[in-house]
Amino acid sequence: MNGLNIFQDLLASAVAMGTPILFTALGEIITEKSGVQNLGLEGMMYIGAITAFLSGLALTATGMPALTAMILVIIFAALAGSLIALLHAYVCLSLRANQIVSGLALAIFGTGLSYYLGKVFITDATAILNDRLTRFHFADGIDIPFVGQLLRAFLNQDLLVYLAYIMVFVVWFFIYKTQRGLNLRAIGENPGAADAVGVNVKLSRYIYVMIGGAFAGVGGSALIISASSVGQWGQGMIAGRGWIAIALVIFARWNPKLVIWGAYLFGIAMALESRAQIYGWFDNIFILKMIPYIVTILVLLVTFIFSKQKDIGEPESLSKPYDREER
Amino acid sequence: MKKLLWLGLVLVVFAGVALVGCNGAAKDDKFKVGVIYIGEPGDAGWTYAHDQGFKAAVKAIGEDKVELVIQQNVKEDQSATQAMEALINQGAKAIFATSFGYMDYIVDLAAKYPDVYFYHCSGYKAADNLSTYFGKIEQARYLTGMVAGSQTETNKIGYVAAMPIPEVVRGINGFTLGVRSVNPEATVKVIWTNTWYDPQVEKDAANALLKDGIDVVAQHQDTAGPQIAAQDAGKWSIGYNSDMSKFAPKATLTSAVWNWEVYYEPAIRAAMDGTFTSEQYFEGLNEGIASYSKLSADLLKDKGIQAKVDEMEAKIKGGYNIFTGPLKDNTGKVVLEAGKAHNDGELLSMMYFVEGVIGTIPK
Repeated sequence: MNGLNIFQDLLASAVAMGTPILFTALGEIITEKSGVQNLGLEGMMYIGAITAFLSGLALTATGMPALTAMILVIIFAALAGSLIALLHAYVCLSLRANQIVSGLALAIFGTGLSYYLGKVFITDATAILNDRLTRFHFADGIDIPFVGQLLRAFLNQDLLVYLAYIMVFVVWFFIYKTQRGLNLRAIGENPGAADAVGVNVKLSRYIYVMIGGAFAGVGGSALIISASSVGQWGQGMIAGRGWIAIALVIFARWNPKLVIWGAYLFGIAMALESRAQIYGWFDNIFILKMIPYIVTILVLLVTFIFSKQKDIGEPESLSKPYDREER
Repeated sequence: MKKLLWLGLVLVVFAGVALVGCNGAAKDDKFKVGVIYIGEPGDAGWTYAHDQGFKAAVKAIGEDKVELVIQQNVKEDQSATQAMEALINQGAKAIFATSFGYMDYIVDLAAKYPDVYFYHCSGYKAADNLSTYFGKIEQARYLTGMVAGSQTETNKIGYVAAMPIPEVVRGINGFTLGVRSVNPEATVKVIWTNTWYDPQVEKDAANALLKDGIDVVAQHQDTAGPQIAAQDAGKWSIGYNSDMSKFAPKATLTSAVWNWEVYYEPAIRAAMDGTFTSEQYFEGLNEGIASYSKLSADLLKDKGIQAKVDEMEAKIKGGYNIFTGPLKDNTGKVVLEAGKAHNDGELLSMMYFVEGVIGTIPK
C-alpha cells in the first residue's frame, strides 16, 4: 500500500476510534460548564454499551430495518446514560455530597451494574449483534491526491461519526451563541449572579448533568453498534476510554471546537498501535500503548506553559455545590 | 427525614447482601468442585471454554453427584487466596484455578489444606495434592495453519496476538509451521495488542493487517474482533478458543478449540473416589483436549486440504513433535538440528519466532 493510502487508513481508523471518546467528552464539557464535575464517565459508557447491546439484539430480532433499529438503540443508550447520571445529580445537587467521590462511585457502580445486567440478560455467551451501522461513502471517486484521501478518511464513515461532527457544532453553538448557553456558562462561573437574574441553578444543573450522561451513553453505544466495532458485549470492553475522555476535556480547555481534534489525536495514537508494527515504524507494543497517555501529559504541559492567558478555561465554580441560603 | 432515608438505604443494602449470602446454602451431600475464573463465562473466550468443559464434565458424571461452586473475575493477587478459601469453606474438596497468575497462591493453599485436591492450569509448580494441567493447543494451531496456508492467495497471513508470553508465542510458531508445511512461500505477520479484551482495538489491528494485503487473519485474543474484520473485508479467518464460525460464518475457515472436559471429567472422578495422583498433565490432539472445529467446506479453496489435515493429525497423535528440527528462528539462526525436538520444558518457555514469522517479541 502506498503512503497516501496508509495515511487514509490511519486517519479513518483514528476518526472511528476517537468517536466514542468524542461523544463522552462533549457531554462532560456541558456538565462541567454548568459547574458540576462528573468523573463517572467510564460507568456511564458501560451503561450505554450494555443498553445498546441488549436493545440492539431485541430490536433487530423484530425484523425492523437495521438503520431504524440502530437509531432507536442510540436513543435508548442516551436515555440510559442520562438516567444513571440523574443519580449523580441527585447526590451532588440535592444532597450536596462531594462531587469527586460521587463521580468515582458512579464509575464503579455503572461498571458493576452493566456487568450484572449482562449476566442476567445474556444467556448465550456467544450472542453477537450482527446488524450494526454501516458506512456511508460520500467521498468515493474524488481522485485529487491527498485531498481525496483526506476526505475519504472523514466522509466514508458511519452514522455515529457524522452525528459526532454535527454535535460538536451544535454544542459549540449552544454554549457560545445562545441565551441558554450564556446561562449555562453563568451558572458554571458564578451561580450566585445567575441566580440573581432569575436562572434556576439547581434545575439547570440537573438537566446538564443528565445531558452529559446521555452523551456518555451514546459514546458507550458506539463501541457496540458502530461500523468499527464488533457487536460483542464483554466485561472490560470500555477499557479506560471514560477516563481518557475526562483528560480530554481539560486538554480541550472545555471547548467543543478543540475537543474534536483531541479525540482524533487519541484516535491516531490508538490506530498507530497496530500500524506502527505492520509498517515497521516502531515495534515495542508496551511503549506504543503508552502513547495516548504520553500525548495527554505533553499536551497538558504545553497548553499550561505556553498559554498566554492564564485562564485555561476551567469554570470558576466547577465542583462547588451551590446553595442560595449559604451565600 | 434525610437520615431516615439513609438508614433505609443502608438497611436495603444489608438485606441484599444477606440474601445473596443465603444463596446455595442448602445442605446436600454432592461432591463439591470449586473453580476460580480469571474472567466470566460470558467472554466467549478462555473462561467460556473452561466453563463449557466443567459443565460437560458435571453432566457426564451426573448432576446429582457433583456440584460446581464458582468464583468469577478473580484477580491474580491475594484475592485469589481468599476466593479459594471461600470455596473450601463452602465444602469444595477439589479446587481448579484456571489462570497462570494464581500459581504461588495455590501452592501456599495446597500446603495449608492437605486434604483438598488442587489443580492449576498452565502452571509448573506441583505438590502432593496439587496437579498442573495444560494443553498443546499449538498442535491444533498447526492444523489450522495448514488450512490458512492452503487458502491464502497473497501468501500473506496475519496474526493478532495478545501478550508476548510463551503460551502465545508457541501458538504463533505452531501455526506458522503448519502454514509453511503446505505453502512454503507464505509468511505470518504478527501484531501485538497488549490486551486480552478490547473488541475495537483487536478489530482495528486486523483491519490494518487486511489493508496491508493480508487475506487470512488468525488470532490469540478473547473476542471475535479479528473474525468480524475479516468478514467485513470479504476475507478469511482462523478462530481460537471455541468455534468462531457462529460469529463470522462467512469468514471463519476453522478454529483451534479447547475441550477441557477431556481433563476435567477424569480428574473430578479421581478426586471423588480418592484415586488422585499428583501429575503434570500436558497433552494435545492425542487426548482431544486441543482440537479444531469442522472446516467450513463452502469457504475452502483447496478441497483436498481435509485429507492432508487428517494425515497430519494422525501423525501428531502418533507422537510426532511439531517442533522437530531442522528448525530456524526468524533471524536465520538454527534452533534445532535435524532430528532433534523441543521437550516440554523448552516448549513452556519458548520465546523466539520460527522462520516465516514477521514480527518481534518485545522485551
